[in-house]
Amino acid sequence: MNKWDDNRAWLLVLPVFVIVAFSAIIPLMTVVNYSVQDIFGPGQRVFVGTEWYQEVLFDRRLREALWRQFLFSGLALLFEMPLGVLIALAMPKRGPGVSVTLVLLALPLLIPWNVIGTIWIIFTRPDIGLLGATVNGLGILFDHTSSPLDAWITVVAMEVWHWTPLVALLAYAGLRAIPEAYFQAARIDGASAWDVFRFIQLPKLRGVLTISLLLRFMDSFLIYAEPFVLTGGGPGNATTFLSIYLVKLAVGQFDLGPAAAFSIIYFLIILLFSWLFYQALQNVGTGDKR
Amino acid sequence: MIIRKRTVGLILYLAILLLPIYWMLNMSLRSNADIMGVFSLYPTDPNFDNYIKIFTDASWYSGYINSIIYVSLNTVISLSVALPAAYAFSRYRFLGDKHMFFWLLTNRMAPPAVFLLPFFQLYSTIGLIDTYLAVALAHTLFNVPLAVWILEGFMSGVPREIDETAYIDGYGFPRFFVTVFLPLIRSGVGVTAFFCFMFSWVELLLARTLTTTDAKPIAAIMTRTVSATGLDWGLLAAAGMLTIVPGALVIYFVRNYMAKGFAMGRV
Repeated sequence: MNKWDDNRAWLLVLPVFVIVAFSAIIPLMTVVNYSVQDIFGPGQRVFVGTEWYQEVLFDRRLREALWRQFLFSGLALLFEMPLGVLIALAMPKRGPGVSVTLVLLALPLLIPWNVIGTIWIIFTRPDIGLLGATVNGLGILFDHTSSPLDAWITVVAMEVWHWTPLVALLAYAGLRAIPEAYFQAARIDGASAWDVFRFIQLPKLRGVLTISLLLRFMDSFLIYAEPFVLTGGGPGNATTFLSIYLVKLAVGQFDLGPAAAFSIIYFLIILLFSWLFYQALQNVGTGDKR
Repeated sequence: MIIRKRTVGLILYLAILLLPIYWMLNMSLRSNADIMGVFSLYPTDPNFDNYIKIFTDASWYSGYINSIIYVSLNTVISLSVALPAAYAFSRYRFLGDKHMFFWLLTNRMAPPAVFLLPFFQLYSTIGLIDTYLAVALAHTLFNVPLAVWILEGFMSGVPREIDETAYIDGYGFPRFFVTVFLPLIRSGVGVTAFFCFMFSWVELLLARTLTTTDAKPIAAIMTRTVSATGLDWGLLAAAGMLTIVPGALVIYFVRNYMAKGFAMGRV
């Protein structure tokens, strides 16, 4: 769509800029400030340049946490995106089923994150939890407090359980917005269900899938409360994700410098990947578009 | 036949989705000793003690009131600043528009842990600590960008001819926006309101940092169920069940809007 050229549009954006910048810029600059200084106490600080950055970049445990984080976010997206779209495709288009499905889907999203972790502790307990007792009852030994693999399965299952509804809600609303005429045309052409999905529904979902992918990537990369409450980062360090390690570092040390440098690097990684995803999704498949 | 299979799959999925929530409900109706002692598929001796405690203890129920106040405040602020901005992004090309649009989203990308201290200092300096406004303002950091992104999608779906016709008919921008344009994107506003409500409702770190007593959110009060004797799981589960209720009401009210064309322009 052609847009009007008019710099006065800035006036409409200004309130957003002011309100977001107010909470964004000063804290960001303060953290950048921490990250280049050694702070001994109030008024006693020394400029140390990139020392903290170097320290953080050569931290082996941080790099391990980073790979774990990539694996976790990768798995989360791998399950949540296709599953969310499938659910959206299966959801009823009209009738009382619509309200019921929408409200039920929203329920996991509305529970505070620390509570989700707590409920899953009991839910997965082998002795008194529904999931833990069922799985162990089937003869499969399952205990996320001792086996790293089980811990991973539990944390990923919790993430997929918690957040797939977000993708499904967005994809469902996107599907509802496709004009009926497209499907009639497809029927006349004798298109198969797969063709309809591949050439009509999927391209039309580009926008909502872009925002769901970005949201899920950012939030899963920053995940803290749920896995921390459930596993505490263990067993060992098996589920110590990047933010769990960051908090360990920030709380365990008197000096905020290294943790601040860590935060800035963390932020830049998310920024880089979000931007790559955004660019890729803007351009992918535009060749097919009519 | 295909539709049958899909429906069965959907029902199966929803059943699995509800299992942890059912377990929470089950826990909320049992005493702590009962939960820790025996495995039971349903409460054998259901009682509402946990709920009664929450509804009669002011330190508990005030948490819900606090959360509802700052979440509503945040939703109103986020929507009112995001609406004109989303219109600008969907209709105009202006200096730095694309950069500005992506910059907004970058505000959701910072790991909160180290940012909490500067946030606390910033809001202390302006004297807003422990007020609803502080939490509502801090939450705009992640809700305003989301609101702008979602609303821009809806607005881009409205043909520009509508704007042009209205301006030719002599509408000024404010009147056109409120009486013509907003009704057209009602659905977008409803959906955006739900997402703002949801993300502000479940956010804990900022809300806890910026409040001490008067505006303390329910999610922070729930961490108090940890005591010397361990966690009171039943009480926590009951509180968890109650945190679902306000949001479920919100989505119930916007459900029709969600079913009718969400993100019209972005699809």
